[in-house]
Amino acid sequence: MATIEIDGKEYEVEAGKNLLHVALSLGLNLPYFCWHPALGSVGACRQCAVKQYKDKDDQHGRLVMACMTPVSDGMRITVEDPESKTFRATVIESLMTNHPHDCPICDEGGECHLQDMTVMSGHNYRDYRFKKRTFNNQYLGPHINHEMNRCITCYRCVRFYRDYAGGRDLDEYASKNHVYFGRFEDGVLESEFSGNLVEVCPTGVFTDKELKKHYTRKWDLQTAPSICVHCGVGCNIIPGERYGQLRRILNRYNSEVNGYFLCDRGRFGYEFVNSSERIREPKLSSDVASKSDAISQIVGWLKDGKGAIGIGSPRASLESNFALRELVGKDRFFNGLGVKENRLASLALKILREGPARSASLNDAEKADAVLVLGEDVTQTAPMLALKLRQSVRNVPMESLSQANIPQWHDGAVREFAQDSKGPFFIASVKATRLDDIATETYRLAPSDIARLGFAVAHHIDESAPAPSGLDQETEEAAKRIAEVLKNAKKPLVVSGTGSGESAVLEAAANVSRALCSSGVQAGISLNFPECNSLGVSMLEEKGLEEALEYVNANHPATVIVLEIDLYRRGALEEIDRLFEEVSQISCIDHLENRTTANASAILPCGTFAESDGTMVNSEGRVQAFYQVFVPPDPIQESWRWIRDLLLETGNAKAKSWNDLDDVLESLASEIPDLAPALDAVVSADFRIAGQKIPRQPHRYSGRTAMRANIDIHEPKPPQDPDSPLAFSMEGFHGKPPSGLASRFWAPGWNSVQSLNKFQEEVGGPMRGGDPGKRLLEPIPGEASPGQYYSSIPAAFSPEEGHLLIAHVHHIFGSDELSVHSPGIDELRPRPYVAIHPEDAKQCGLDEESEIDVPAGENSVTLKVTFENSLPRGVAGIPMGLPEFPEAVAMSGSFKVQQGVKQ
Amino acid sequence: MIDAYWPILMIVFVLAVVMTIAPGMIWLERRMLALWQDRYGPNRVGPFGLLQVAADAIKMIFKEDWIPPFADKATFILAPCIINATTLLAFAVIPFGPGWHISDLSVGLLFFLAMSSLGVYSVTLAGWASNNKYSLLGGLRAAGQMLAYEVFMGLSLMGVVMMAGSFRISDIVEAQQNVWFCIPQFLGFFLFFTAGVAETHRLPFDLPEAEAELIAGFHAEYSSLKFGMFFIGEYIGITLISALVVLLYFGGWHGPWFHPVVWFLLKVFFFLVIFIWMRASFARPRYDQLIAFGWKLMFPLALLNLMVTGAVVLAMR
Amino acid sequence: MLSLLRTMWIIFLHMFHKRETQEYPDVLPQQPPRWRGRIILSRDPDGEERCVACNLCSVVCPVACIALQATEDGHGRRYPEFFRINFSRCIFCGLCEEACPTYAIQLTPDFEMGEYNRKNLVYEKEDLLISGPGKYPDYNFYRVAGLAIGGKGKGEADCEEPPVNTRSLMP
Repeated sequence: MATIEIDGKEYEVEAGKNLLHVALSLGLNLPYFCWHPALGSVGACRQCAVKQYKDKDDQHGRLVMACMTPVSDGMRITVEDPESKTFRATVIESLMTNHPHDCPICDEGGECHLQDMTVMSGHNYRDYRFKKRTFNNQYLGPHINHEMNRCITCYRCVRFYRDYAGGRDLDEYASKNHVYFGRFEDGVLESEFSGNLVEVCPTGVFTDKELKKHYTRKWDLQTAPSICVHCGVGCNIIPGERYGQLRRILNRYNSEVNGYFLCDRGRFGYEFVNSSERIREPKLSSDVASKSDAISQIVGWLKDGKGAIGIGSPRASLESNFALRELVGKDRFFNGLGVKENRLASLALKILREGPARSASLNDAEKADAVLVLGEDVTQTAPMLALKLRQSVRNVPMESLSQANIPQWHDGAVREFAQDSKGPFFIASVKATRLDDIATETYRLAPSDIARLGFAVAHHIDESAPAPSGLDQETEEAAKRIAEVLKNAKKPLVVSGTGSGESAVLEAAANVSRALCSSGVQAGISLNFPECNSLGVSMLEEKGLEEALEYVNANHPATVIVLEIDLYRRGALEEIDRLFEEVSQISCIDHLENRTTANASAILPCGTFAESDGTMVNSEGRVQAFYQVFVPPDPIQESWRWIRDLLLETGNAKAKSWNDLDDVLESLASEIPDLAPALDAVVSADFRIAGQKIPRQPHRYSGRTAMRANIDIHEPKPPQDPDSPLAFSMEGFHGKPPSGLASRFWAPGWNSVQSLNKFQEEVGGPMRGGDPGKRLLEPIPGEASPGQYYSSIPAAFSPEEGHLLIAHVHHIFGSDELSVHSPGIDELRPRPYVAIHPEDAKQCGLDEESEIDVPAGENSVTLKVTFENSLPRGVAGIPMGLPEFPEAVAMSGSFKVQQGVKQ
Repeated sequence: MIDAYWPILMIVFVLAVVMTIAPGMIWLERRMLALWQDRYGPNRVGPFGLLQVAADAIKMIFKEDWIPPFADKATFILAPCIINATTLLAFAVIPFGPGWHISDLSVGLLFFLAMSSLGVYSVTLAGWASNNKYSLLGGLRAAGQMLAYEVFMGLSLMGVVMMAGSFRISDIVEAQQNVWFCIPQFLGFFLFFTAGVAETHRLPFDLPEAEAELIAGFHAEYSSLKFGMFFIGEYIGITLISALVVLLYFGGWHGPWFHPVVWFLLKVFFFLVIFIWMRASFARPRYDQLIAFGWKLMFPLALLNLMVTGAVVLAMR
Repeated sequence: MLSLLRTMWIIFLHMFHKRETQEYPDVLPQQPPRWRGRIILSRDPDGEERCVACNLCSVVCPVACIALQATEDGHGRRYPEFFRINFSRCIFCGLCEEACPTYAIQLTPDFEMGEYNRKNLVYEKEDLLISGPGKYPDYNFYRVAGLAIGGKGKGEADCEEPPVNTRSLMP
């Protein structure tokens, strides 16, 4: 600790941090541009100048850059000194000379860091009357808009894009006043994290192109804290709504999960909420029906003697799934995960439960000093985890920084010092991944071989772990090297997941982490689940779609109620078709039209994540609450409310006490003790600050008395929200709410996202009052932990002439069911293909024009061939989850190559 | 024959006169105020804007009769009725001419005092029943004001009573055959008139309403006909005070050439104009000034008047 | 006491003064040009809509009676998709005019907006847009803004250099 004096006031602060970091953490207002809490200091913009005095007697002092000055005990600083104030105002004045008069038509306007800093530094009048330099803009893809005239050359964009996110295609060009940030030529930004440029750029050079289509100022958005639904990571987000449309998604800081950034799937994948394919009316055999007719019809089916089953969903909240379980009964509830998916998810859950390795949060992943990735293409399945893992390779080189007397925040110096040295990072994958550039070693293997490598690593760490037999020399050596590195690391991390589609890979990952733990290393394990609540529904119910189909065949229930899933994406086409033949009445509760709803006898329109409240469990086992952003038009309502209405119609006693979501969650917690901590993850609906709710609309929300005036001149009462402590209104408590209820980041003088500083305990640290969310899975560490090594080691893969083994390939844009409804993501996603090693293709007489038939269950699909050099021989990559290609889920094993009939 | 029906005829007559004067006052007040403020006032509806009153009445009748959900409903409805009932009842003892009265009570003056005191209930209850802080303040102000001014109002009248030797109003009028009491009882007249203005909450004593500070005071929550009753009640009150001033101090119906009733009405009309004139001229005092004025100046003056009159009457005997 | 009587006398004398009333609507008043009456949207000297849908009028409006939605034409010029003023709420404070960075929104001397139906006081863009530049004949926002629009490329606005060649390292 150090005692420093700022403007005559003494503060106790942590020594060694930089002064800007400390001043902002203390709540002082000091302007800055190039510094970013996640990117560190480079001292480029000269904006954070303060005056430092030598000692008590020094009257003159000298200007220093706060971001480059480490804090030491007895330091004497002034921020308010006229000289430093003038300096800052002059610096911003010169930064602004070429800045165009664009604010009214700039998407950053109203949440612009440059605007804030200009006002803060007191540069009120622009005196520059000469010619401004201009730039031509570039096309950077469907997500990011480029307007280079506005650039103030803070270098944050390239520092984020290249240094932090590992992108290659955004760079700085030219020199002096002509410095240009862009690509070498027009084209889509390659990085999966390009959307963060919008938040990183302090002005309007990089803006949100999706938002631009329906532009709304920050002050006009109705926002609520929410959770991203596009993968299992569970990033915290702030969706914003205006005129009944979801307009954009911003990052909501959570130091344990996503921190400062989001992936492009999460940021731009929200368009499904506004989709024309939304179900907006209840339907009975594809005719629009009234709410009460639909409910009484479905309840009529439910009361049929043969009973009903319910199929839950990994993309619905715990509460909705639980309500469905209540409706059909515990034995007749199935979690909705597909055949393979469910096996993998239950296995992963078992591994996380048993430990002894603790499931790693994203923050833990960032802090890991040795990483082994087994079979999961993290960038494609859990993008934010990949971004965090990318930072982990910096940890080992950083350790020697203190010898060089370089503080960790000194980004320029740190990167000069570290050069290309990176910490250990091993990737075993089917094909090349986007993390390969940071990997110490990469192994391209068939899934079973990945598992064998993992088992071998475990064996070399701990002799008692079973060893695969007949391992080739090369793999054996690799396993030894990996084992050696992991054993000697302080915080090693094993990363795997359900993406490979191979349970042996998960078991191997479990063995490695167990072996590490038993040799006394504090290892972490990060297992990725496919969807936002996969882990949650697995904890709620073990039985999946497979068991549901079996149950239907055996018991012939009268009706099936399907909650928020498309069965055709989960099971083989013929099996689902058979289900529809077997059961005459299938009711769907969903928000988007899909093949299942097209065949359903009854459809109830439910709200998306933005239109409902609830809790979900991410891959880490962290239960997090999401809150409703806006009220959908009648009769759309939350899925749990539909189920409650059904329950009430059946006369269920428990449902009568379910007045709000809290009641449902309480029922859930009392019935399923494993999920009881979820109660601590949500703020109860009767929470008030000074007797007030927390408003979803900012205090500057405009157009209140005109936005509906064309429909009805009488302004309606704002909708009431019984389910949360948030209000659909501008009225309420406008101070800082508890961390989990932060609907937006704003502080006086800080309109941009940088106002986040005021919401954190310390800049870059946890949110004030602790990060929201509650971990559910804390395995018993050490000897006492249950479970043992997995020993069913698969045989090595040997390619067979003319045959190919199907391996799953995931795509950040395309594999997710919901985000592909966004036009931008749809544009960037691949079309169905089968990826083959060129040598294999040559052997089978295929070229890049050919099409081959790939069997899917009882049918087969003709797919276009693409060459993929990084695939191991004898393996075919099949993209998962593409909307026009749901058959992929049923593809597995190896198949004989047969040229398709060319059309 | 006509004697038997005389009281009933008189009731009809008094009601007709009073209920014509009250709405007429609305028009008159607006025209007179406009005149003194260099404006025109109502001049669009009917000749000289005379039908403005009818238009206002129609408007008032058709407005939404709103009772706030937070109000004490029964009291809320009762309050405006009280003020109308008490002021109208007080007219029972007002003779418009010799024999032109409903009831010539021997304690007529006391009856008037009783009725005008009851009127305060109306205002106070209205303020309380509205359940609105401004209304309540208005109501409480009215109560305080009434208490302060009622006391010396009664005392100031005693001079007249002593000189006439009767509480019967017609006796008092008859006692002014030769000289109007406003001459020997000038102080009494002044005190009574001031108290009367305060009694009817007219400017400068309209603190219970005080638009600038209390929105509209006790009747802030009233609308439609209930508001209309307060509105009309106020003008009936003014007419009542004017009538009494005329009867007690300005010789009642006495006067040459014309029929006594005409004289009486002319004199009343004069005082009504004085009321309006005062409204056009004076500013509103602060509430503490108003109360201090009542207790510390007017009340001792009333006692003085009483004693001096008493002494003089005794000496004259 | 005397002052009270003097007051009454002065007031009495007003009976003989000339009346100040302006006899609207028999005699129409002369309104000053900066009178804050009916709001209009003006066009720039080229005849294009001046409004760039920046939302500043809407946010500054104390009664929140302005609602609009921004959209763009094919060349990047921003304009309001709809622009609605609910005059039944408007208090004619003129803050919208002060906030407007493009002189698009202006208050005019017209105040005769009485309606029997509140619904008729909701003005859409068609009702608000006039064909001229209003009080400010010369100003054209896009001439000074850095954004390229149809007919004005990068570096073609007032006080702008032609676009930089980023491939060059010459000073």
